[in-house]
Amino acid sequence: MAILEIKDMRKSFGKVAVLRGVDFTLEKGEVLVIIGSSGSGKTTLLRCLNFLESPDCGTFLFNGEELYAADKEYSDAEIREKRLHFGLVFQQFNLFPQYTVLKNITLAPDLREPNDKERHLETAKALLEKIGLSDRADAYPCQLSGGQQQRVAIARALAMEPDILCFDEPTSALDPELTGEVLKVIRSLKSSDSTMIVVTHEMAFARDVADKVIFMADGVIEECGTPEEVFGNPKSARLKAFLAKTE
Amino acid sequence: MDQFITVVGALNEGFWQTLKLFFFTLIGALPLGLVIAFGSMSKLAPLRWLCRALVWVFRGTPLMLQLLIIFFVPGYLLPGGTPWTGENGRFMASVVAFIINYACYFSEIYRGGIQGVPVGQQEAGQVLGMSKSQIFFKVTLLQMVKRIIPPMSNEIITLVKDTSIARIIALEELIFAGYSFLKGSHGYAGLLWPLFFTGVYYLLFNGILTLFFGWLEKKLSYFRV
Repeated sequence: MAILEIKDMRKSFGKVAVLRGVDFTLEKGEVLVIIGSSGSGKTTLLRCLNFLESPDCGTFLFNGEELYAADKEYSDAEIREKRLHFGLVFQQFNLFPQYTVLKNITLAPDLREPNDKERHLETAKALLEKIGLSDRADAYPCQLSGGQQQRVAIARALAMEPDILCFDEPTSALDPELTGEVLKVIRSLKSSDSTMIVVTHEMAFARDVADKVIFMADGVIEECGTPEEVFGNPKSARLKAFLAKTE
Repeated sequence: MDQFITVVGALNEGFWQTLKLFFFTLIGALPLGLVIAFGSMSKLAPLRWLCRALVWVFRGTPLMLQLLIIFFVPGYLLPGGTPWTGENGRFMASVVAFIINYACYFSEIYRGGIQGVPVGQQEAGQVLGMSKSQIFFKVTLLQMVKRIIPPMSNEIITLVKDTSIARIIALEELIFAGYSFLKGSHGYAGLLWPLFFTGVYYLLFNGILTLFFGWLEKKLSYFRV
């Protein structure tokens, strides 16, 4: 059974329809890469999944059960519970500047389970090890490079143990020489039980890491398939044009 | 020398009133300003308009006038007469007027500080499952404090000097004490220097505040916003 199923998601800002009916499913352990030009709705889709925007229409099924339906009202507390299934890594990192690297990672878990602080600390240290920043645990975000900040942001998202981790153009705000270290970390997360949705403009990375690729255009999914199908044998004219531009 | 000791003794008493008014105003206005700031950013339109109207009125009229109205008007309206009696009554009326007036100024500084924190900070807290109050206290607040230190230090130093406005309802603060030697008091009259000498008190106290704000700014310089 699919871990996530999205049905007919729609979202408008004023008169501008940004998502015009998006449907897709995601299996556990899959990496879904979303590509498309700016303004095609990729970021809005991720923001809806993380409850930062409320879709005008649509339902989310999580492991086959309804998680969210746009026509129902939910309290803030309910939304907080639901969004814990998802994690989000932002384009601009958004680390908390007043806290050390370690505290950035443990803050939210500590607030959620105040009696488990030691375990959170252990988890945070293990995550720092994984992203190769154990020696910067006590540094403040302003002392780190953009690539290091983004790696910490990934660790911070992982510390909440989300079922599905989303990345919103995680390397777009980085200098080209720093994108590699971040992509390497994302690639290292790929395993049978980590499910990810990645919005990216890094086509080589997309081709390499994706199990499934969605090409979005004008708020709808224009084409969907394996990386081989989407990159190797594009069908629609728009995808062909998009790929030609990004070659 | 006797004259100097007498004057300094009287000025010290005046300065004590000044300090009391200053600290009581801060204790009331710092939190009340935050409440008004949230009110003026509220999604509830009536609350938002109420708070903005309050700020408009209290920033739009002289503090001296507000002080006079708050001191005198209850005496006409309340059946039991004025609640502000004696020196203590003058002090209470001054504290009330100063707290409301300064809370309105502070609220605008807070609002600017809160709205200046990038929306991404709040969103990062949200996606990590934090509640609104957790986001405010654990994420936004310190970043806001760091941003508002310069305008707040300005406003707080202005407050030190504004306490002299309470003289209009005969609160015996520092300027009142200095001026009394010109009018006649403690066996002296026509003395001008005690009034000028009050400047030393203001200057020294504001010097201390300036050092405090400098220290605070340095204390928060470990992170960038």
